[in-house]
Amino acid sequence: MESIFALVLAKANYVVYIILMMVGLYAMIVKNNLIKKIIGMSIFQTAIILFYVSIGYKRGATIPILEHHASPETAVHGAEKIVAHAMDTVNVANYINPLPHVLMLTAIVVGVATLGVALALAIKVYNTYGTVEEDEINQQLRSG
Amino acid sequence: MKILGKLTILLCGVLLMVFTMEFPDWGDPESPASTHLSPYFIQHTMDDTAVPNIVTSVLADYRGYDTMFETTVILTAGLACFLLLRIERKKVTHRYYRHEPTGVTLRMAGDKFPKNSEVFQRMDANWVPYDFIISRTCRLIIPFIQIFALYVVAHGHHSPGGGFQGGVLMGASVILFAISHNLRAAIKSFSEKTAALFSVTGVFIYAGTGALCLIFGEVFLNYSALAPLFGSDRIMARSHGILMVEIGVAVAVTAVMIWIYYNLSSAGKQDEGL
Amino acid sequence: MTHHLPALIIVIPLLAALVTAGSGWINQKAPFRIAVAALFLAFICAVLMLIQVVTTGIAMEYRMAGWAGPMGIVYIIDHLSALVLVVITAVSTLNLVAQKKNIVSEFKDKEGAFNALYVLFTAGLIGMTATGDAFNLYVLLEIVSLSGYALIGLGNTRAPLATLNYLFLGTIGATFYLLGVGYLYIATGTLNMADLATIIPQNMESGVILFAFIICLTGLFVKMAMFPVHGWLPDAYSQATSVSAGLIAPLTTKVTVYIMIRICMTVFTPEYTFGHLDISGFIVLLAIVTIVFGSLSALAQKNVKRMLTYIIIAEVGYMVGGFFLGNRLGISGAILHIINDAAMTLALFLAAGIFIWKTGGESRSDLKGLFAKMPFTMAGFVLAALSVVGVPPTCGFFSKWYLISGGIQAGNYLFVAALIFSSLVNAVLFFRLFEIAYFEPFSEGQSHGGSSHGNHYSSGVFAIQEAPLDMLIPFLIAAMTLIVLGLYSGTIVTNIIQFAIPTGVI
Repeated sequence: MESIFALVLAKANYVVYIILMMVGLYAMIVKNNLIKKIIGMSIFQTAIILFYVSIGYKRGATIPILEHHASPETAVHGAEKIVAHAMDTVNVANYINPLPHVLMLTAIVVGVATLGVALALAIKVYNTYGTVEEDEINQQLRSG
Repeated sequence: MKILGKLTILLCGVLLMVFTMEFPDWGDPESPASTHLSPYFIQHTMDDTAVPNIVTSVLADYRGYDTMFETTVILTAGLACFLLLRIERKKVTHRYYRHEPTGVTLRMAGDKFPKNSEVFQRMDANWVPYDFIISRTCRLIIPFIQIFALYVVAHGHHSPGGGFQGGVLMGASVILFAISHNLRAAIKSFSEKTAALFSVTGVFIYAGTGALCLIFGEVFLNYSALAPLFGSDRIMARSHGILMVEIGVAVAVTAVMIWIYYNLSSAGKQDEGL
Repeated sequence: MTHHLPALIIVIPLLAALVTAGSGWINQKAPFRIAVAALFLAFICAVLMLIQVVTTGIAMEYRMAGWAGPMGIVYIIDHLSALVLVVITAVSTLNLVAQKKNIVSEFKDKEGAFNALYVLFTAGLIGMTATGDAFNLYVLLEIVSLSGYALIGLGNTRAPLATLNYLFLGTIGATFYLLGVGYLYIATGTLNMADLATIIPQNMESGVILFAFIICLTGLFVKMAMFPVHGWLPDAYSQATSVSAGLIAPLTTKVTVYIMIRICMTVFTPEYTFGHLDISGFIVLLAIVTIVFGSLSALAQKNVKRMLTYIIIAEVGYMVGGFFLGNRLGISGAILHIINDAAMTLALFLAAGIFIWKTGGESRSDLKGLFAKMPFTMAGFVLAALSVVGVPPTCGFFSKWYLISGGIQAGNYLFVAALIFSSLVNAVLFFRLFEIAYFEPFSEGQSHGGSSHGNHYSSGVFAIQEAPLDMLIPFLIAAMTLIVLGLYSGTIVTNIIQFAIPTGVI
């Protein structure tokens, strides 16, 4: 029992994000209101984004921008000055993994785009049926 | 039917958590994700691209092809909202204008506007009195938001920022203008045709830079081919190429945010918004 | 120049889509012409790449931005990708040329946006086929999905609701695929397909990789409408306009099957998929249920377009079941069926488009007497229907032959029985339509049509009123392709498909 607890605690971030994903999926599948379904979709996609970003974390590391201090001589960025900075050794363990951040920038944009198209379709459904509740729409479809 | 959905979600969640137990620990610096590929990016970004912000160099150079399609995704969303929602504005025979200082309402036929349109405000069935404090305060703030947006785009190389972030800020400034004043006032200053053409131009700058590299003889999106164009060596040409595509991304994202807002908030009619 | 072909086949449609979207605000006629020119150029690039890959025998590799994989994104054109690229560009070009009248009538004033979304859809499919990076595939999948939602959403009154359901399920599918890629990244640390293929055989016992496989496959099954997550397909495709249905129906599910083949064979090597894992039997059972369910549901439909969409579901069952049989014959049959099914579905939907244009209605009884009125169209429709049933020398017979041989070799007689049952049901379906079209007299009250489309006053029951030439000729080209593909099936299999399957598979 204790080992399971220790195991869950070591991977707590993944557990939390999976619970968040299931909350979003629940809203998408079970709720009747179309807008609530769209919000559930947004929660689901955001949970995946958080899941990915937490992969890149390294304990004790800082953001993935190489430390460089501007001084008056280096105010003009010529190639030779920047290459000189690169001569200092870069310790990989000091910077968190940049690749998940890059991938998730793309995923955020894709999520926003899907949200926009979903809202446009919801507006069209509302203009056609006068309601956004799915059971009322099904009733209209069955009788109309 | 819903019971089946709930059971599926429960099963899915349990399966996901069971397999999570095999992951490397949170924050482990020796996990495969942190040791296989990303040390190359961290160690070689200055030598290859002369950009200290590793996320920007990976986003716009190493995986720049992905970013081009990401910009295309946002353009697709703008085109999709336009295609789905846009309907023609109905021509009205009379329009009502309210003179703000005195409160007198005029009715004008056809397309005539009152001469001094600063003090006249258009009224129709959707008219709500606009708040003086909000509109004047936003008018003061919006230029600073735009300057900050340009700062974020320009400093993508050295601090967190880049095309997407700056583009969203810039788009938000115009949307703030539309919310605080009037959708019609916003459309008059930044029309829908401008938004559509700018969004296409932004993606064209990105894809065009890549095609330019192709014309210069190198592989698609290999910015070091543009070295004779910028007059610098191959590594700095990559840095300048990254800046060019970030500007393209910012222009595209700004215009698409504004375009989607215009179409969604007025449900396609573009006469009066939220 | 041929060295740059993998980039050109994407860049030309992408730039053309941008110019189309911009020119739609200036001139209403220019978008269509630019779109057709760009798609035709992409088709020529695809054919040139196929010729090069077949003659040299090695895959073309293209490093985007100059970085080799796994650092950068790499495009790999091998036999399988080149073949599917030719199919995608050919279907897309033919459909656009054939449906010009429908575009003008249904998308007035929005032609720039429509043509731009059409070309972006095709460009996304091209990129999905050619890419060698797992995350790039997700981004392109989303481009295809978003433009698909927009193209379908502008149909009848029921279209927005059907599209919204399609959007929810499509997003679940794509996000599951993304989650699978995330699990793979946690386990291996790379996103490049070739790199993954070298790391996975060393970690076969890992539970993370097993779960990544399952969840990737689940996401793809949702997107290709396997039973039980097929619910979105009949509504979405039958409510779409004929030009959108003609583009999306032949291509989306087939390219998703191609992605499944690519992931199962190139990323998770065949030793892992068929040897180490033990779920092939379960998936073949799922495919059998899909085939039977699709065929039986198609029998119950009165609406011609809905019937065609259930046939699409059954065809997906053929391909997935054939692939998971695990032997060379089965996989060859599945790959051959991708090509054949794209051609058949294009011909069927173009025919349905012509019928709807002519009679204005979509139900079975609207086809009365069309054999006498439109003999050429019905001849093409008969060819397409015989191909779906599986009559030689049309192409449908040959792919079914390979699938049945694969089933017999694997000892899976249930799959063989399902294939034969489905062929019989298809025969019943289409001969019922032929009976209505041939024997019933053409009723005069149907000639009011949908909108103002040319001559609708039939001077006599025996006057032939064919569809206009620009609709008829691409449709007949598509129908003729079915016979040509059938006659050359052997050549295609021995020269191209043989090399697409790794040598370890017997």
